Amino acid sequence: MRGNFHGFDRRRAMGMLAGAAAALALTGCGSKTEESGEKVAAAVVDGQIEKPSLKFGFIKLTDMAPLAIAKEKGFFAEEGLNVQLEPQANWKVLLDGVIGGQLDGAHMLAGQPLAATIGYGTKADLIAPLSLDLNGNAITLSNKVWNKIKPDLPTEGGKIKHPISASYLKPVVAEYQQQGKPFNMGMVFPVSTHNYELRYWLAAGGLNPGYYSDGDVSGVIDADVKLSVTPPPQMPATLEAGTIEGYCVGEPWNQAAVFKGIGVPVITDDEIWNDNPEKVFGLRKDFAEKYPATTAALLRAIIKAQQWLDADGGANRAEAVKILSQPNYVGADAEVIAASMTGKFTFEKGDTRDAEGFNIFFDKYAGYPFYSDAIWYLTQMRRWGQISEDKSDQWYFDTAKAVYRPDLYLAAANKLVKDGVIPAESVPDTDGYRGEQGGFIDGVTYDGKAPNAYLAKFKIGLKKGQKVTASGVSGS
Amino acid sequence: MATLYADARPVENYETEAVVAPVTPAPPPVAPKADTKPNPLLVKLAATGKSLLAPFFGILAFLALWAVLAPQVDTSLGALPGPVEVGEQGVALFEEWSAGKEVEAQFYADQDARNAAAVAAGNPGAVTDFDYAGPPTFLDQIFTSLKTVALGFILATLVAVPIGLLAGLSPTFNAAINPLVQIMKPVSPLAWLPIVTMVISAMISSADPVLPKAFVISALVVMLCSLWPTLINTAVGTASIDKDLLNVGRVLRLGWFAKLTRLILPSSLPYIFTGMRLSLGVGWMVLIAAEMLAQNPGLGKFVWDEFQNGSSQSLARIMFAVVVIGLIGFLLDRAMMMLQSLASKNHTL
Repeated sequence: MRGNFHGFDRRRAMGMLAGAAAALALTGCGSKTEESGEKVAAAVVDGQIEKPSLKFGFIKLTDMAPLAIAKEKGFFAEEGLNVQLEPQANWKVLLDGVIGGQLDGAHMLAGQPLAATIGYGTKADLIAPLSLDLNGNAITLSNKVWNKIKPDLPTEGGKIKHPISASYLKPVVAEYQQQGKPFNMGMVFPVSTHNYELRYWLAAGGLNPGYYSDGDVSGVIDADVKLSVTPPPQMPATLEAGTIEGYCVGEPWNQAAVFKGIGVPVITDDEIWNDNPEKVFGLRKDFAEKYPATTAALLRAIIKAQQWLDADGGANRAEAVKILSQPNYVGADAEVIAASMTGKFTFEKGDTRDAEGFNIFFDKYAGYPFYSDAIWYLTQMRRWGQISEDKSDQWYFDTAKAVYRPDLYLAAANKLVKDGVIPAESVPDTDGYRGEQGGFIDGVTYDGKAPNAYLAKFKIGLKKGQKVTASGVSGS
Repeated sequence: MATLYADARPVENYETEAVVAPVTPAPPPVAPKADTKPNPLLVKLAATGKSLLAPFFGILAFLALWAVLAPQVDTSLGALPGPVEVGEQGVALFEEWSAGKEVEAQFYADQDARNAAAVAAGNPGAVTDFDYAGPPTFLDQIFTSLKTVALGFILATLVAVPIGLLAGLSPTFNAAINPLVQIMKPVSPLAWLPIVTMVISAMISSADPVLPKAFVISALVVMLCSLWPTLINTAVGTASIDKDLLNVGRVLRLGWFAKLTRLILPSSLPYIFTGMRLSLGVGWMVLIAAEMLAQNPGLGKFVWDEFQNGSSQSLARIMFAVVVIGLIGFLLDRAMMMLQSLASKNHTL
């Protein structure tokens, strides 16, 4: 036993020495590349693959599709990579796996690399060189709550008018409060898109989803609706158990509620914010620095898979559904996965509507990691108190630049354009900011170049100078 | 001493008691039966038949109850699967395994072909030596679990036996560690896991460790939870060594090493094996929980992944895994029991 630990020690010491040497060498390189720009990077990027055997983590959600497709359709192999995909129990385990090095990269929530870099939760330098998809989430309510709000909802041509505002929930929440019961809803992780989308929807309807403070990471200060964390695959079971009255989650877990007859999806995230950026592919920063050619190769493989998924107006989606329904990937029944992956979305049973843009992997520059997308997530972290102090606009720009890495994306994508694999139009010519964006359910517009001005527009949410303590929001 | 460890009295003692007890009363009257003495082979067959009959009917009744009651329970994944559905999933898992083997063979064949082509084309730089990176099949998961529990169990034995021997020989040392043992013993694996995870993550920092982190974490948790029965039984066995034997040793002026190998180890061996058998049982139970949380590939992760899949077959697959986990636990126990009886025989010789 003791000998064993000595073994670890020695190995660790040697590893540390080697690591330190590598780090020294790298910092030298790093400063050079920064100065002389992308030309130097390009030379490294096309070199020999440094680490061909890789292990990526994912959560059982349909938006991990680019990874499964890249593996099953041989795109990873084409790039000389031997990739193993491993499902993870929840987002925390996945994040720790990437930070700890058990995983080389993972299907991640956009907020995860950002939060890790600014030190909210586990502190680590993670980067997002590629965005995996647009949209793909929805909010589901339990049958009980749905039956209460349904009579009040306006109809249009015999069908309920969409999008449904959260303001219709107000009487139900008030009823719960009168009875002294909390109105609970589930989301998947404190820094998840789902958390911010659910909060956005609730706040747009006049319901306060609660604030985070330095000491309180549950985010329920001043809350009308209390949100809690549940791993995506357990959402339907938790809803059925009555612990939560609704949830915001990715597919197939909204359609699963429909199939099991335990809940009704009321709104898709596309209706909350049209074409919102969703999951990213997350890596450790030192991985990308140490293995530039590997990073470029794996990005090329994922971009090819994204293109395959959106090719010919979704002609390949049926095959994708079949692959995803394998027990080692998403594993849910094929018909449940197909319910959202093939351009349709079922709300109530029998109310299936067209949802062309529900899952976008390649079109509309879905893969490009826009700085403005990162800044939107950061503004929401500030809006709800996860970032406890005011930050300057410059801080938002710098943080986004440190985490979102279009330079790595472009290095991979431009080579694919040069080789004629993807069309040149599919790579945007941009400074990384999408410009002024509309398409939000509350009509507020967002400009990534003015994050503080954007925060000032919200009725519910922290304003300049405000702080959250256990007793509530203070300051002006 | 004996009162301290009263809860951990080795199984061995119960057995000897059971054997000794019926001998002391008057012997049962065997004479009437001896008149119509049947073929002894038939008697033996009838006896084994009888002893097999009861378990057979027990299992049959259980299966029947399961088949009748399971469909009544309606979950959000459909009705609870009965024995037939579970059996079908067992077959499906086996088919997945053989399909996986074929894919793996194909992968290596393709790789060899590519390598040969690369070498022939004078480009040895393109030669690859990849391990197959497909999804682990159910059988792979079983082997991983067995390897993990084996490592944890060996580590536990290596730690527990020397400490137990020391505790048995020195009452002072025993008194010193006893409170710690009593407090550590009931700690659940789930409580150890975060601590072990953090420590191991800090200790193994190389990018490509010899053993995967999750594997080491699970094995260490198994060790921490399974070393107590061995430790306690070893201590009890060593302490209860016949004083005469020790006196003889003293007379013969045996060195401490000779005393250990000639006197103490032989006489405490049955206790040690009893402890090891209990440890292995605990280790196997703990392993499944550890694998679920540490995400170490293995049966625990299989169960968790299937739970997350939430497909219409998931429940049947989980139940099949439960049956397999039980069977393996049973086989491990039997194997240890055989080792234990071997050790006891040596001791009596």
